[in-house]
Amino acid sequence: MRVIIPSALHSYTGGKRQAEAVGKTVAELIKDLDRQFPGFGFRIVDEQGALRPHIRVSVNLEVVASLDSVVKPTDEVALIQAFSGG
Amino acid sequence: MPKKPSPAAKSAVALLVATRKGAFIVRSDAARRSWKLSAPLFLGHMIHHVVQDPRDPRVLLAAARTGHLGPTVYRSKDFGRTWKEAVRPPAFKKAADGKGRVVDHVFWLTPGHPSEPGVWLAGTSPHGLFRTADGGATWDGLDTFNESPRYSEWCGGDATPDGPKMHSVTIDPRDPAHLYIGMSSGGIMESPDGGRTWTSLNKGLDVVAGFDASDQLVHDPHCLRQHPANPDRLYQQNHCGIYRLDRPGDTWVRIGRNMPKQIGDVGFPMTLHPRNPDACWVFPMDGTDVWPRTSPGGKPAVYGTRDAGKTWKRLDKGLPKKDAWLTVKRQAMCADAHDPVGLYFGATQGSVWGSRDEGRSWAKLAEHLPHIYAVEAAAVPR
Repeated sequence: MRVIIPSALHSYTGGKRQAEAVGKTVAELIKDLDRQFPGFGFRIVDEQGALRPHIRVSVNLEVVASLDSVVKPTDEVALIQAFSGG
Repeated sequence: MPKKPSPAAKSAVALLVATRKGAFIVRSDAARRSWKLSAPLFLGHMIHHVVQDPRDPRVLLAAARTGHLGPTVYRSKDFGRTWKEAVRPPAFKKAADGKGRVVDHVFWLTPGHPSEPGVWLAGTSPHGLFRTADGGATWDGLDTFNESPRYSEWCGGDATPDGPKMHSVTIDPRDPAHLYIGMSSGGIMESPDGGRTWTSLNKGLDVVAGFDASDQLVHDPHCLRQHPANPDRLYQQNHCGIYRLDRPGDTWVRIGRNMPKQIGDVGFPMTLHPRNPDACWVFPMDGTDVWPRTSPGGKPAVYGTRDAGKTWKRLDKGLPKKDAWLTVKRQAMCADAHDPVGLYFGATQGSVWGSRDEGRSWAKLAEHLPHIYAVEAAAVPR
């Protein structure tokens, strides 16, 4: 499915603003993105498996709370860099 | 004690300036008279430390994160022209319940012993000690510290505003297995065996009134330095004063008592002369009432000793005479290897200052930079 990539991570995607990824959950999508773009995952998910404090994920414009949230191939997922201060 | 400057003393100097909004390199000519500021590196990234590898002067490591993205380490093999990110940055072990510690940022980088090429150590916030043996590509935690059942006896949780820090990761030049570390809310610790076992080294250190000095968690060293020419001599700038320790002794002596009373002996950095074990420099800050942590009276000055702390001399020629409320963080003051020694500091309001005569006179080398976290002197590779 299509995943919108925030500008802070474009250095990993070679400048691409969107990427195709597969998975049944948000966590699996991020794992697939990390496979495609090594290093991507750890920048947004910490070593305990939680989203970093200033990263959000939306599915079809709804922010989801859990990385275990289920996604479908037709969904549009966005990784969002949010409110990290000045 | 080596009497002559090292070969690095003949090189031009590059100051590796780490800031809250990126890194910069300020390069001198060979005479250290003119300085040129680089374009920003990692603009917008929080860079806590940029350090040269003395075993291969072309190699630099940088500790980075951003406001959104987690911590990582970058490595350059061409003195900052190109960078490659660590494949496995420092990270704590995953806890079974997912509630384990998380590295917020890599705070301190230390090149390994000359006998161990490729080895670096890193200190993190919250307190963690990490090691790489491949030049910074993959990092592993030292489980004998990070996962020790005594971790909570050694490391307090509340300290510095942006997180408790492991800093001053120090490798004895005589023995790669002999380590010292400093920790905000944790004090000084020593390991004789490469980090397998640890003992506290806080005897003689004062603590804030009302705390029990026998509790390791109330100790707050700001910067520890081991003298390269006399590794049995340690100096420390602590939250509660300036200290010296001559090993094998284990009791710190508060040499800051000899500072002028109106200045006091509070500060963050501690900088040593590369060859004279009796000479070091500090940058005092105001530790009165609410602890402004700025230059006392708005009159910045470096203070230096040449008798191991018995007497101190104010060194402020060329620095602003008034209305300058500078703060210099623990990694933001350093010395080069030249003779006479060059001294440098960076202030949180973005100015970099230098002295090419061991502090007798100062000049501004760069200004208008972001909040400066660290300044390290590097020898420009030939």
